[in-house]
Amino acid sequence: MKKILVGLKRVVDYNVRVRVKSDGSGIETDGVKMSINPFDEIALEEALRIKEKGAADEVIVVSIGSADAQQQLRTGLAMGADRAILIETDVSVDTLSCARALLEIVNREDPFLVILGKQAIDDDNIQTGQMLATLWDRPQASFASQLDIDGDILHVVREIDIGLEKIEVDLPAVATADLRLNEPRYVKLPDIMKAKKKPLDTLPFSDLAIEPGPEIKHVLFEPPSERERGIMVDDVQGLVAALKDKGLV
Amino acid sequence: MAKILLIAEHDGTTLNPSTAKTVACAAEIEGAEIDVVVLADSAAQVAAEAATLDSIARVLTIENAANKHPLAAVLAPQIVALAGAYSHVFGPSTTFGKDLMPRVAALLGVNQISDIMSVEGSHTFKRPIYAGSAVVTMEAPSDLPVVATVRTASYRAIACSNAAPVESVASSAELPSHTRFIELQAGSSDRPDLQTAAKVVAGGRALGSDESFGLIYALAEKLGAGVGASRAAVDAGYVPNEMQVGQTGKIIAPDLYIAIGISGAIQHLTGIKDAGTIVAINKDEEAPIFEVADIGLVGDLFSIVPELTEAL
Repeated sequence: MKKILVGLKRVVDYNVRVRVKSDGSGIETDGVKMSINPFDEIALEEALRIKEKGAADEVIVVSIGSADAQQQLRTGLAMGADRAILIETDVSVDTLSCARALLEIVNREDPFLVILGKQAIDDDNIQTGQMLATLWDRPQASFASQLDIDGDILHVVREIDIGLEKIEVDLPAVATADLRLNEPRYVKLPDIMKAKKKPLDTLPFSDLAIEPGPEIKHVLFEPPSERERGIMVDDVQGLVAALKDKGLV
Repeated sequence: MAKILLIAEHDGTTLNPSTAKTVACAAEIEGAEIDVVVLADSAAQVAAEAATLDSIARVLTIENAANKHPLAAVLAPQIVALAGAYSHVFGPSTTFGKDLMPRVAALLGVNQISDIMSVEGSHTFKRPIYAGSAVVTMEAPSDLPVVATVRTASYRAIACSNAAPVESVASSAELPSHTRFIELQAGSSDRPDLQTAAKVVAGGRALGSDESFGLIYALAEKLGAGVGASRAAVDAGYVPNEMQVGQTGKIIAPDLYIAIGISGAIQHLTGIKDAGTIVAINKDEEAPIFEVADIGLVGDLFSIVPELTEAL
């Protein structure tokens, strides 16, 4: 059976303006709308399209987090994933430990392709996919805007600072999804009903016996320094004068 | 004492400006001794340029035909083979560094600090999270190597008046063949580079088409500016991906940033918050871009921009 594993992270929704807790201990998440990390949704969409083209038999979604992450996994199942795995933990997990936990699932499921989002929009670390590929001793195709499977080879177009880079990697491999990889489908109501019957297994994180990564302490959370609102000008003449005033033109 | 191994980013012939900014960050660590490593097919030209960077002790070169293109899976084992002698391994937070450094961290068995925006101590750094909506102070263990990327927009390039020695290093690291470079489709442009330009003109969804983006190019040309875009404009296909500014694109810090028809979502603002002067031109006076703009002008970009280009 040819499997694709997709990571889904539960994050504060893209449209929420997050606030730092007044005691500097973290981010206010009580009562805040949570969603699938948008890049992970793109990763899942790509896996579903590969399966629909006949190049894979099963799409498995996996999340690491609290029991609440079942909501995001159910959404993934409604999008079309075949089954879901929740690695359950109530404490925040460092990136290296996440990669180690995902490797454990990779070893159990033996996928030919793992697709993750290129970054999570909460911690903006941009690390997990690359770390998983490294621990697995397999290639990484990060920031992918196009994936084409050709037998045992994955052809990849990557979005990099100077343009587009084409590479090819041997499968199995880890790819991380960039924005232009695809546009994820909308979930339809009947699919949500169907998703309720799909298997969702829960594994306690502690059962995986992961060696925790060396902790980098989060000492203090602060709001960023804000820029101050400047002046408004009435017309182009005013704009040019203001720019000249600052010596910018 | 901090001994820092800093990974040079280059294209085989010239050093990427991100390297001089990463050195500027590393040099803020007290007592830092910085070695810059150039991994290349043929390293002499880039190494000579790197040797001029102030504050560095040495340039190391690792030459190998496999290093002709920067593939993370190929470079990482060679970096790790050197890393034992260092307390820190730094790279730029460009797509090059973002791809490579987590691979280095995972091989070393440590977590990585991404996007350092300020140095608070040899193992304590600040970095932005949630698209810059919060800043977190992070403290890495003092008995393990610190692997980090540097948010280059937070630093000014270090000066180039040095003449550091260049030493060739042999690497016996085993290199994988599972990842192969095919080709690079670089945007062909003689405009200033978006990430280093002193002035940047950027357009958003309000431009409405790739033809209208001509207005942005014309203004940029008059100013000698680089050109950027919001995510919406890239998604709509008006401009290529390498022009995207923001959380998931480029983080820039020009002296002048002119945002045209860009509403200013938080994800975009995080990419420009270190700009010297922000100018906003938008027809919606309620647009959030005006909350951060130093100079704002409400009106129709299709009449304002040509008039501005003419007036300059």
